Amino acid sequence: MATKTLMKGNEAIVKGAIAAGCRGFFGYPITPQNEIPEYMSSLMPKAGGVFVQAESEVASINMVYGAACTGTRVMTTSSSPGISLMQEGISYIAGAELPAVIVNVQRGGPGLGNIAVGQADYFQAVKGGGHGDYKLLTLAPWSVSECYHLTALAFDLADKYRNPVMVLADAILGQMIETIEVPDKIETYIPPKPWATTGRKNRDKNIINSLWIVPQVLEELNLKLQAKYALMIEHEVRYDEYKVEDADLVLVAYGTTSRLCKTVVDMARKEGLNVGLFRPISLFPFPSIPLEGLAERGKKLLVVEMSHGQMVEDVRLSVNGKTSVGFYGRSGGMVPTPSEILNQVRDTLNGGSSCSCCCRTRSEEVSR
Amino acid sequence: MTQKVFERPRALSENTFSYCAGCLHGVVHRLIAEVIDELDLMERTVGICPVGCSVFMYDYMECDMIEASHGRAPAVATGVKRILPGSFVFAYQGDGDLAAIGTAETIHSAARGENISVVFINNGTYGMTGGQMAPTTLVGAKTTTCPEGRDPAIAGYPIKVCELLSSLDGPSYIARVAPVSAGGLAKTKAAIKKAFQKQLDGKGFSLVEVLSNCPTQWNMSPIDSLKWIEETATKHYPLGEFVDR
Repeated sequence: MATKTLMKGNEAIVKGAIAAGCRGFFGYPITPQNEIPEYMSSLMPKAGGVFVQAESEVASINMVYGAACTGTRVMTTSSSPGISLMQEGISYIAGAELPAVIVNVQRGGPGLGNIAVGQADYFQAVKGGGHGDYKLLTLAPWSVSECYHLTALAFDLADKYRNPVMVLADAILGQMIETIEVPDKIETYIPPKPWATTGRKNRDKNIINSLWIVPQVLEELNLKLQAKYALMIEHEVRYDEYKVEDADLVLVAYGTTSRLCKTVVDMARKEGLNVGLFRPISLFPFPSIPLEGLAERGKKLLVVEMSHGQMVEDVRLSVNGKTSVGFYGRSGGMVPTPSEILNQVRDTLNGGSSCSCCCRTRSEEVSR
Repeated sequence: MTQKVFERPRALSENTFSYCAGCLHGVVHRLIAEVIDELDLMERTVGICPVGCSVFMYDYMECDMIEASHGRAPAVATGVKRILPGSFVFAYQGDGDLAAIGTAETIHSAARGENISVVFINNGTYGMTGGQMAPTTLVGAKTTTCPEGRDPAIAGYPIKVCELLSSLDGPSYIARVAPVSAGGLAKTKAAIKKAFQKQLDGKGFSLVEVLSNCPTQWNMSPIDSLKWIEETATKHYPLGEFVDR
């Protein structure tokens, strides 16, 4: 059973987390994710959980670290500059192999940037934004419904791999309201956590730590982490496709941008252009093999992002020169319009420039 | 008949301390372990250790332990205690950890009246990294980053943590002690016990500042370092109970 309702993306993140058994939220206000701590402050205590408004994002992520040590499902949320402040803590959570969920409702950067939409935190999320050899399992919703379900899934994956999981949303997803079917109950599995520091009653003492002073031992930990990431690559790749079968050109986009690109696919098809959409849902692990498959079937790719080219690097690595990979990006809160993207599609199919970044768009504007 | 009158506390492990000769860290660890035993807390204790010389404290205690990042022990302790209100949670922190990089976490956990206990080791130097100036280094004291002595015109003034936190409504117990004599040791243990009891009674944030030494970085014999605490450090950092409610 499910209830059909209208909901904001930020609210869906809260509801998905609580449905998945999250019982601790630690956060600090920052736009455009403020509805999350606001909803959490009333809903989490009602669910029997803990809400703390921390003094900073640095404190938030370290409260999450401590709370995760108890084995309880816990999370924090923030937006780009706040996520930057959390990077040391995220590295510790990865190093100590703790399950935790971090949501980034991305805004414009760098620096204070602005509070408009952005997708420029891709590198930070998937390449290890903090120090050391670690990976965040990263999920990218494109709808309010996925804000709910991927947040819930993030808790299962965090427990399964004892690894931090990031939900990489953006300002538009956080703020927009659309229809969602909220299930009465979701499938979730919380495994036993014999490693948790809950007091050593009836067992030996537990230590949670990311300090391994002997180099051989630290390398062993790193190899163990790498083996875990290899398992994620094997089992946790998620993506969606739209009209790719007969496509000559496939748009590659995630999050809000992928919604725009879906519109572009339909516009292009009306003009008789065979265009499809490939939407990575897991950004790490990245869906490299299916993208390589598209390249091997002779399809051109055009990556669209609200950044000046971050995910495009992973797309290019995935296809390894087997097809042309074009790029179109806007940033700073500027959202690429469907007609702008369609122009790039036409250019690409006509054999135009394979990399149309915004610099080119700007110079065209100037010459006009 | 022989009778055992002195033994290792159950909460203290058999691992050999990594501390320098004459360092008080081991002494304070032992006092904490004694109090944990006396209050019968080991089965529900979660200890948080800092970054600094006592980074390996998790090896020296027999209770559950978490290694925090530099300065964040009170935030980590907050996370544990809020989720497990029935647990006993203490943080152990040095002066750089608590009063420099972690000042925000210290003040806000105290202001929230977070029901945790903090043992604060103030030896006025960054012992592990080589004896640099700490936020509690006294004016005129020489360190590797103020080789001519701490000059307030350049480096400002030392932070009096107990006095600072005493202005807040959140703390239930704030005390400063100096385990440099038999009497000082007894007072240190009594303060730690009182601080821990405040948490057990649900009274909120408690902190014991321990004036400690660093014979290695102070370039003093262990005995001279204790004398220095007694004769000099206590003049700037008066001993006593600042908050008890």
